Amino acid sequence: MLSVLAQAAQSSVDINPGLTAIGRGIVYGGAAIGPGIGIGLVVGNAISSMSRQPESAGMVRTTMFLGIAFTEALALFGFVLAFIISG
Amino acid sequence: MPSILALEFPPISHAVEWPIIFGGEWLGVNKVVLLMWASVIVVFGFFLIAARRQRLIPVGVQNVAESTVDFVRNGIIMQTMGEDGLFYTPLLLMMFSFIFVCNIWEIIPVAQLPVNARIALPLFMALLVYVMYHAVGIKRQGLGGYLKSSLVPPGVPKAILPLLVFIELITLLITKPLSLCVRLFANMFAGHLLLITFAVICAALWAIQWQIVILPFSGFLLIALTGFEVLVSFLQAFIFTILTAVYLGQSMHPEH
Repeated sequence: MLSVLAQAAQSSVDINPGLTAIGRGIVYGGAAIGPGIGIGLVVGNAISSMSRQPESAGMVRTTMFLGIAFTEALALFGFVLAFIISG
Repeated sequence: MPSILALEFPPISHAVEWPIIFGGEWLGVNKVVLLMWASVIVVFGFFLIAARRQRLIPVGVQNVAESTVDFVRNGIIMQTMGEDGLFYTPLLLMMFSFIFVCNIWEIIPVAQLPVNARIALPLFMALLVYVMYHAVGIKRQGLGGYLKSSLVPPGVPKAILPLLVFIELITLLITKPLSLCVRLFANMFAGHLLLITFAVICAALWAIQWQIVILPFSGFLLIALTGFEVLVSFLQAFIFTILTAVYLGQSMHPEH
């Protein structure tokens, strides 16, 4: 029992880089969920409005890019944060 | 040196840390700075050559320059700021073309490094925009009017007003410049890492035996992603410029 605990204590030092890598994965994966859904909604609605009114496509496209840019910022924060996390 | 599927990958610091070519500790000039200077020269020279021999029917360089000006004027300023914003055409035109040239180094052979993949230049430009939209807002509406129009949304119940004012304050002071800066930086950095990853995979697959059957797939993806990065470079320059225009427009016309 004691030897198992000692072994665990020994390996807990080495396990940190692995845990950092897992944490980075979770940070970026978690940050990508919401913006993924959000960009899907933005683009889907833009496409349906473009197909309903093709003459307003230019204006819709500009607004769509703006909406994508705002939504995408959260995912990019997660991307940068994943690099900032260090073990 | 980490290895995936028996392929050797160089550590990430090879792509991120560039050696100083000349200069000292505090004013070191490396490849990123050289490319930034090169893009200043390219943008300046491009518009200088285009303006030198003006013709009524534009050909060559003048044609490209005129369509760029037209794009910034009609596609960005008139859509967001209206007639009032035409005063800012030179600033936004230079911002758009400078960011685009800085980004497009990503796919040009030999250079292959987007300047905006280092946070220094996006941070500087975001701070410039940050100071500018506050200054324009205070000048146009006065300090009290600017704070009122940007912090107090019209037509909300009094009970939730403090919460909304707090959120708007955070947005005005922190979120807007931070997202402006990080969006440009992270997009270019991610694209750079993507291209590096596939290029390294291709090079590593070339050297070994049976895994070479995967080479066409990663080679095709490398080419496709290079095309995609052209789009991203353009789009990020466009988005940075149009967001600058939107923020300036909000400071100038408080009602929208």
